[in-house]
Amino acid sequence: MAFKGQIIVDTERCKGCGVCVPVCPVKCLELSKEVNGKGYNYTQTVNDKCIGCASCAMVCPDGVISVYKKQI
Amino acid sequence: MANIDIEARKQELLKEGYTEVYTKTKVLTDAVMHYCPGCGHGTTHRLIAEVIDEMGIQDKTVGVSPVGCSVLAYNYFDVDFQEAAHGRAPAVATAVKRLNPECYVFTYQGDGDLAAIGTAETIHAANRGENITMIFVNNGIYGMTGGQMAPTTLVGMRSATTPYGRRVDLNGYPLRMTELLATLPGTYYVTRQSVQNPGAVRKAKAAIRKAFENQKLGKGLSFVEILSNCNSGWKMTPVAANKWMEDNMMPNYPVGDIKVDGKIAEGIDVNRLVLDHPLTVMQ
Repeated sequence: MAFKGQIIVDTERCKGCGVCVPVCPVKCLELSKEVNGKGYNYTQTVNDKCIGCASCAMVCPDGVISVYKKQI
Repeated sequence: MANIDIEARKQELLKEGYTEVYTKTKVLTDAVMHYCPGCGHGTTHRLIAEVIDEMGIQDKTVGVSPVGCSVLAYNYFDVDFQEAAHGRAPAVATAVKRLNPECYVFTYQGDGDLAAIGTAETIHAANRGENITMIFVNNGIYGMTGGQMAPTTLVGMRSATTPYGRRVDLNGYPLRMTELLATLPGTYYVTRQSVQNPGAVRKAKAAIRKAFENQKLGKGLSFVEILSNCNSGWKMTPVAANKWMEDNMMPNYPVGDIKVDGKIAEGIDVNRLVLDHPLTVMQ
């Protein structure tokens, strides 16, 4: 049973703290090179390995990450 | 990418057969928190809001906010809130709970508020066995005023007022409020948790949930200490601050339940609570 996940990042609220990046078990998160309206490098997915475990959402202090998953 | 319509994207994913695993709870307002990036206050706010949401007690909850970084907590929770004078949140919460016994009352305090100026109110509220929940966020420093030494600052830890590190002969010992309160008969549930990784966050949420559910029983005070980083005060990146917290804070402030259901938890040496135990001195 494998899951494919998708995350939606509220990029305008993200403060770019980067706490979510090292906790991702499949290393699919990175901070962007671009900045949002507040000047922060927001978090984004860099590959499609996401399994929808919600570890990133668990540690996000601002609750900007929504996690969805489906079985494949 | 930055201007993506989030709600539309969520609906799109649901139509594609995805199920929702996690999204921000509605008990938190849409206001952007003023906390520094990576601060544990945000995570702790989220956990409290999620517990309130899951228990379905949004209209029966009253929070009491402190003075400190979290002074504006009332902007972020969509529940009733009362601001208290510096350190006096447990006294205000006592009044709220006694006048509205059907309400769930919690205080949200930092270490400068709860463990310094509010020590008397904290200890007496615990000793009276007030039927409230206290959330204590410990980052070992006065974050809002610029990183001065707090009672909980570690021995040897540098701060704005101890630039060469905290010295026991000059500044005394770090105050372990959680161990102190566990020895009082009025407390029913006393625990220390942290929020630096997903596993710790889930445990902290379970502890907060238990602390809120205990209010139904009416058997005494529930006290949850949350170890948090203060990356601005410690002058580190958020990720490095979390690592530093694991390496330095946790040996001095061991994580876990100390008192459960009115009894000292299994595996806790009572001597640890009443006697001095070796302090790790930072280099």
